[in-house]
Amino acid sequence: MRHIISLLLENEAGALSRVAGLFSARGYNIESLSVAPTEDPTLSRMTLVTIGSDEVVEQVTKQLNKLIEVVKIIDLNDGNHIERELMLVKVRAVGSDREEIKRLAEIFRGCIIDVTDKSYTIELTGTSSKLDAFLDAVERSAVLETVRTGASGIGRGEWILKV
Amino acid sequence: MSVELTGAEITIRCLQEEGVQCIFGYPGGAVLFIYDELFKQDKVRHILVRHEQAAVHAADGYARSSDKVGVALVTSGPGVTNAVTGIATAYMDSIPMVVISGQVPTSAIGLDAFQEVDAVGITRPCVKHNFLVKDVTELAQTIKKAFYIASTGRPGPVLVDIPKDVSQQKTKFFYPDKVTMRSYNPVVKGHARQIKKAAELILSAKRPIIYAGGGVILSNAASQLTELTQMLNFPCTNTLMGLGGYPATDKQSLGMLGMHGTYEANMAMQYCDVLVAVGARFDDRVIGNPKHFSNENRKIIHIDIDPSSISKRVKVDVPIVGDVLDVLKELIKLFKAEKEKPDQVALKEWWKQIELWRERDCLKFDRDSKIIKPQMVIEKLFNITKGDAFVTSDVGQHQMWAAQFYKFDKPRRWINSGGLGTMGFGMPAAMGVQLANPKGKVACITGEASIQMCIQELSTCKQYKLPLKIINLNNRYMGMVRQWQEFFHGNRYAESYMNALPDFVKLAESYGHIGMKIERPEDVEGALKEAFKLKDQLVFMDFITDQTENVFPMVPGGKGLSEMILV
Repeated sequence: MRHIISLLLENEAGALSRVAGLFSARGYNIESLSVAPTEDPTLSRMTLVTIGSDEVVEQVTKQLNKLIEVVKIIDLNDGNHIERELMLVKVRAVGSDREEIKRLAEIFRGCIIDVTDKSYTIELTGTSSKLDAFLDAVERSAVLETVRTGASGIGRGEWILKV
Repeated sequence: MSVELTGAEITIRCLQEEGVQCIFGYPGGAVLFIYDELFKQDKVRHILVRHEQAAVHAADGYARSSDKVGVALVTSGPGVTNAVTGIATAYMDSIPMVVISGQVPTSAIGLDAFQEVDAVGITRPCVKHNFLVKDVTELAQTIKKAFYIASTGRPGPVLVDIPKDVSQQKTKFFYPDKVTMRSYNPVVKGHARQIKKAAELILSAKRPIIYAGGGVILSNAASQLTELTQMLNFPCTNTLMGLGGYPATDKQSLGMLGMHGTYEANMAMQYCDVLVAVGARFDDRVIGNPKHFSNENRKIIHIDIDPSSISKRVKVDVPIVGDVLDVLKELIKLFKAEKEKPDQVALKEWWKQIELWRERDCLKFDRDSKIIKPQMVIEKLFNITKGDAFVTSDVGQHQMWAAQFYKFDKPRRWINSGGLGTMGFGMPAAMGVQLANPKGKVACITGEASIQMCIQELSTCKQYKLPLKIINLNNRYMGMVRQWQEFFHGNRYAESYMNALPDFVKLAESYGHIGMKIERPEDVEGALKEAFKLKDQLVFMDFITDQTENVFPMVPGGKGLSEMILV
């Protein structure tokens, strides 16, 4: 099953490589990983998407917790949460396709943020599966380039990951 | 205002503040300032090894036999890469250790400088934690953290990488008494409700067993384990890392379990109804194939300080995260207050069954052999030293025979590389043991293959007058490799024959030690007695043993615990 794991870790050189190294050393999957400093500059927040059985994901969280730089960790799948990912996608847009793609972007609540006579660059946010759905909806050969940030996640309501 | 000290001075001062008396190392360009400061003082003794791997193994042996943090000091580049095997060895066996490595100056890092290697990167997967100190003002605090992390929770090696310029720069020295880290707070106390649950399960047991590992040794809980086991009249088996955690000569001891464990221990593990795992981790050499192991209907209690050890290979019913010592104390308290006892009739039946298993006499060997049997050498060693020696080993058949035939009654007496299985560990580890226990009898049980992996340390032993007794079980084969080739590879002994062996007697003598070659069974006892009489001398005993002897029982890889090959 797909799990979204949220971590707070010390904002120190090498912390990211410890996390990445753990996954490769123990043979766990990383589907996506996104990390940036928080409002407290000594801390980074990481969102990590992994796929594995419940037993494997339990081991993943325990092993992550053992890393000295990991301050706190939660598996967002343990409760209600929101997931968002940002994608920038450049699509070929000529002739009648221009209108069609613009409409499609609107349906997915995307914004066209760059326009040339041959292409649109569209900004989209949503769950990872929504972004997948957009890409499925556009004709494959029209997609020139995609950039995705990987998922970010946060608990709903009072569920807070904080030191 | 306090005076300013250089990074090198601070490094040595920190070691002094930590009460470090002995470190093992090898100098080089990047650590010259640190060595200069070592030279100017006499509180911290430095032992000069002949290879960095040996420095780390010696620090490891020192730590294992003394419960102090082992310390090694190596230079950058090859100094660090040579140390990696030792660090990984300590990591696999959870040994508290601080390794200080030199690094090229900060301005040269990343420029492929002479003797530069990414020490933090290269050691990352085999340390509990590591640091690159980029600023001298952080040095003292970092070393404090290193000792704290190495010695608390599940212990392990910590590397502190110090660039040469940092060892030159000056700052005010302040060594904190305590260090707190928001991201590192190991659990010590076990959860009271879980302990209660465990106690209830233990009381309901009809076929119980206590399975105790290296965690018992590391947390200094041997006497508590013994008290609890005897209070309950339960059988107890120890892992390779846990030998000495429960007295092996006691009748409740089933000996070692696992791939080369005793028949009675493995059968009792397989067919028990309540399994109490104490500081052990159900690894592949202990329970064999987890699928076969899980077939049986039994409840498992697992006490371990490392949450990630719990339900890693085997699903457990009552996990207790905490320091083994603390949890055992709590359990003893509960049972002292408890009126109820486990079902004594069932327990008696269980012991009867165990005695039947014992009657298989799974460790028997040919005592009338005209060729020296390796088992016999170890049995004699046990008798002559009255079970009171510190015994280190290398890796292979001799290691298993040592574990089977030397009955360890006390903790911290059996020093071996259990997890990583590092050949070459034995002699350098024995050096560390001897330095930590100057009056102790220290024996290194080894083989002609393993000993050659760190043989250069005979020189270190000479320099520091370390009177080790080296017991070389020489069968002219990499015995364990040969055994597997015999069993599983159709007797094709690919590259496992040790050709062109040195004359070990002359070799020992050339280093200024005493060498003995023993070829007949009737000479074994005399040689051992004579060697231990030579209190101030290293004696290298080259026992020419039976080439075809195998270690039994044996659970073949991938099989279940009860599927042993017996003699």
